[in-house]
Amino acid sequence: MPDIIQTIIGKYNYWIYITLMMIGFYAIIAKNNLVKKIIGVNIFQTAIILFYVSIGAKWGGTIPILQNVHGEGGAGAATHAIKAVDYINPLPHVLMLTAIVVSVATLGVALSLAILIYRRYKTLEEDEILARIREK
Amino acid sequence: MTWELDLIILAFVVIAALGAITIRDLLGAAILFGAYSFMMCLLWAIMGAVDVAFTEASVGAGVSTVFFVAAVFRTTRRTKD
Amino acid sequence: MKIIGLIIVGLTGLLLIYATGDFPDWGDPASPANNYLSTRYIEKTMEDTSVPNIVTAVLADYRGFDTMFETTVIFSAGVVCFFLLRVFEKKTDEEGLLRHNATGITLRIKGVEKISYSTGEFDRIDNLWTPQDLIITTACRLLIPFIQLFALYVIAHGHYSPGGGFQGGVILGSSIILLAISHDLRTSLTRISEKGAGLLCAVGVFIYAGTGALCLLLGGNFLDYGALSKILPLDPVSARSFGILIVEVGVGIAVMGSMIWIYSNVSSAGRYREGL
Repeated sequence: MPDIIQTIIGKYNYWIYITLMMIGFYAIIAKNNLVKKIIGVNIFQTAIILFYVSIGAKWGGTIPILQNVHGEGGAGAATHAIKAVDYINPLPHVLMLTAIVVSVATLGVALSLAILIYRRYKTLEEDEILARIREK
Repeated sequence: MTWELDLIILAFVVIAALGAITIRDLLGAAILFGAYSFMMCLLWAIMGAVDVAFTEASVGAGVSTVFFVAAVFRTTRRTKD
Repeated sequence: MKIIGLIIVGLTGLLLIYATGDFPDWGDPASPANNYLSTRYIEKTMEDTSVPNIVTAVLADYRGFDTMFETTVIFSAGVVCFFLLRVFEKKTDEEGLLRHNATGITLRIKGVEKISYSTGEFDRIDNLWTPQDLIITTACRLLIPFIQLFALYVIAHGHYSPGGGFQGGVILGSSIILLAISHDLRTSLTRISEKGAGLLCAVGVFIYAGTGALCLLLGGNFLDYGALSKILPLDPVSARSFGILIVEVGVGIAVMGSMIWIYSNVSSAGRYREGL
């Protein structure tokens, strides 16, 4: 029994992130409206980014900006030794910065496509669009 | 990284996500999506990812919500599901 | 359809939760993700580049190729929105209704776009014109220069505080979007025309790739900013810090142009007559 409690305390964060991903995934496959599908895509993207950034978190670490190194030239070593265990892992932050900006670019393109579809078929519901395509 | 604050904000995030895909008014869904983005930014600030939180606050809770509202304005606001 | 969707989503979720049984606990300092490459980045950033913000140094220097192609992705998203939505119509003189405020007479005039409304004598009352509120326009007109100044601060201080090129560029773009929302789309188009926004995007990408090519011409590798010390009076480590600043400015300009471009195309559905 204490083993299960230990597992839950160690990993419940991952389970909540997976629930968020599944909410976004459900919106993509089961909703009829196009704008709801686009919202689902964005929820999925941000949940994955949250999952990835949480891998780099450390208990007792501080933000990844080096302290006590102002005023040093680049060629000399810092007066305080920089220990990697004090700072949280900066590599997931870098990769996910790219992912966030790419997600807003694809949001712009997806909304442009939705406006074009509305201009052509006068509706945004997927079943009505399929019906109007079939009767052409 | 206090776990109580983490848990409360995670609960808000899940409620905002569920609301954004269930509500029938598309403008309301866009605004709830803006609230979801802002709660995500708070989560990352708690975890120590300050650059990611800054980017998400300006991009997700700012520009992305404006794009959604502009697109809803140009198409239609009502939906059946 | 919804029941099938729920079943699929539930099965996928359970599969993923079962897979997290192998993960290290959340926040563990000894997990494999925290051990190998990131320790080298944390310890060597100050010696190699003299930039205290590790995320900016890794983004623009150690992983500079990714950031260059990401800037190209943002540029191409702006171009795609332009190609999908833009409709070029012939600019005929359109008719509109005007009301003279002093006497209350309504006129119908051709060429209604060419009149300026700053004197307050005439008001437009047809349905293609959204009236501007005095409080909102005055408040936003006072705020926008400070927003732009803050955005320039964020770009310039990316080395020492959270920030950098992307964040500053998005804040710059959203200051122009604020002008378009509070006043009119035409007001923001007189400040930055659509050709200007597209040109800003392209200039930003050009600055980034041009810095890489300049390093190549000076004898180093592509995007190896240490080679810039041959033309600047700095040692190679400070030249790397300066190279990071140049590419952050390039990224900021590209993101600003792209945000303005995508907004003007989406909010006017390509016709550039009126915005939100």
